[in-house]
Amino acid sequence: MKYSIALRTIIVKEIFRFVRIWPQTLLPPAITTALYFLIFGKLIGDRIGTVNGATYMDYIVPGVILMSVISHSYANVVSSFYSTKFQRNIEELLVAPVPSWVILSGYVSGGIIRGLLVGLVVALISMLFDDIVINNLTITLSVAVLTATLFSLAGFINAILAESFDDISIIPNFVLTPLSYLGGVFYSVDMLPDIWQTLSKGNPILYMINAFRFGLIGVTDVNIELAYIITGGFIVLLASISLLLLHKGIGIKN
Amino acid sequence: MNALSIRNLRKTYNNGYEALKGIDLDVEEGDFFALLGPNGAGKSTAIGIISSLVNSSSGSVSIFGHDLKTQLSRAKSCLGMVPQEVNFNQFDTVRSIVMNQAGYYGMPRKLAIQRTEYCLKQMDLWDKRDTVSRRLSGGMKRRVMIARAMVHAPKLLILDEPTAGVDIEIRRSMWKMMQSLNESGTTIILTTHYLEEAESLCRNIAIIDQGKIVEHSDMASLLARINIEHFVLDLAEPLDKTPVIPGYQLERVTDKVLNVEVPKKLGLNQLFVQLSALNIKVLSLKNKSNRLEQLFMDLIDTSTAG
Repeated sequence: MKYSIALRTIIVKEIFRFVRIWPQTLLPPAITTALYFLIFGKLIGDRIGTVNGATYMDYIVPGVILMSVISHSYANVVSSFYSTKFQRNIEELLVAPVPSWVILSGYVSGGIIRGLLVGLVVALISMLFDDIVINNLTITLSVAVLTATLFSLAGFINAILAESFDDISIIPNFVLTPLSYLGGVFYSVDMLPDIWQTLSKGNPILYMINAFRFGLIGVTDVNIELAYIITGGFIVLLASISLLLLHKGIGIKN
Repeated sequence: MNALSIRNLRKTYNNGYEALKGIDLDVEEGDFFALLGPNGAGKSTAIGIISSLVNSSSGSVSIFGHDLKTQLSRAKSCLGMVPQEVNFNQFDTVRSIVMNQAGYYGMPRKLAIQRTEYCLKQMDLWDKRDTVSRRLSGGMKRRVMIARAMVHAPKLLILDEPTAGVDIEIRRSMWKMMQSLNESGTTIILTTHYLEEAESLCRNIAIIDQGKIVEHSDMASLLARINIEHFVLDLAEPLDKTPVIPGYQLERVTDKVLNVEVPKKLGLNQLFVQLSALNIKVLSLKNKSNRLEQLFMDLIDTSTAG
């Protein structure tokens, strides 16, 4: 393929970047999620009992893994691409014959790889506290990859439109984290009052977390096909917006 | 063939500022070309458009016959760009900066390794290949950017103020390097505020001011337009008063230093004959200002007045 070398170069550079700073990128989720599993899963979870037939520890493991995938795939792309813009390294790519779709694919691939790697680290940590037999490997992996793709694209758009470092922390702090926590990581939507159940169904993260939970432990609050449609639809939408922004040079060219 | 051809290029920024007001410019293949202008004249905007970092409002740019709008990829492959300010990742090593750029141009790894080694050796940076770039001196960082721009062997190299802020030793070594690149066939476009640099290196020149090209000619004919040159004379003995020599304008700066305006039609020989007749012994002389600098200021003044 004509642009495979350029694409590989961007992906390898992205992997080197987050591996080089592993104490900031790979270590914190291991510690944070170990505490989640210990406090919520073990200490509190043992008193909660079961949720939709699963032990509380079983129930929260998929949510915590996917929440880590979401936040790290997003964080990887938003911080890497914004730094590239801020330090003007983006000019290295803009002067070279690299099409927009290669730039987008390279950075999004970096986000997917980091998101999945962090997901794997969290899954390994969870094995210290729980024994999970995977219900459906294809669904588990495909949902993880699609979710990482979606949030890598969202991070890319945030980075393109950001004009300061403040702008790259607003979405993760005020949108992503609340939506993740309200997306059924720690509870089933069936436990909520009707009005909150209805509102929760407008949260796309709820569908991804439940689809992933179904893949891992066979328990879900939502329709799996609908979860794939919503995730796929958002991917197409965000990829189109990203390519349009790159093509027009918005946020990266004068 | 023209290495660069610009037609009626215009750029108006979103705030309404018109940086380029329809410029035309041709740079021949193999040329060493100076693009000069005061700060804010439109040089950086023009270079930004040529290197795809700035969107033009209208007009066309072609690089070695490849139009930037219709054959962008081919046009970019012919171009190497050395920007004014450091724009590489300062946490990367010197080698990875150059290797990555080779990758962006689609160069196979084996060739990229060879080209990276060649370019770093050319820039005298091979010993620093594994150094993290933020630890390099300013001059070395500029050479890294040149090595990076050269890695895909571009036919046209644009150097945007490459010697700004570097010491004279590095500047001279960079002049040699630029000359050697040009002799090997690379067309070079140089922007600089050091006009002696442009005068000594470049064969053709364009001066841009207020978004318009105010001069576009070869260096020799431009310099031939100078009618008066200014010299500073260091004298062996002190003078009490300013000597008077018909045809020349003299000014006593100190008792042993004279400024003199020499009309081109009279030349220096007659001046020295007259000075000897007055028993004034000259130890040395130098140009008061760079010749191109005088012309540059005249052209900019004319453009501003117009």
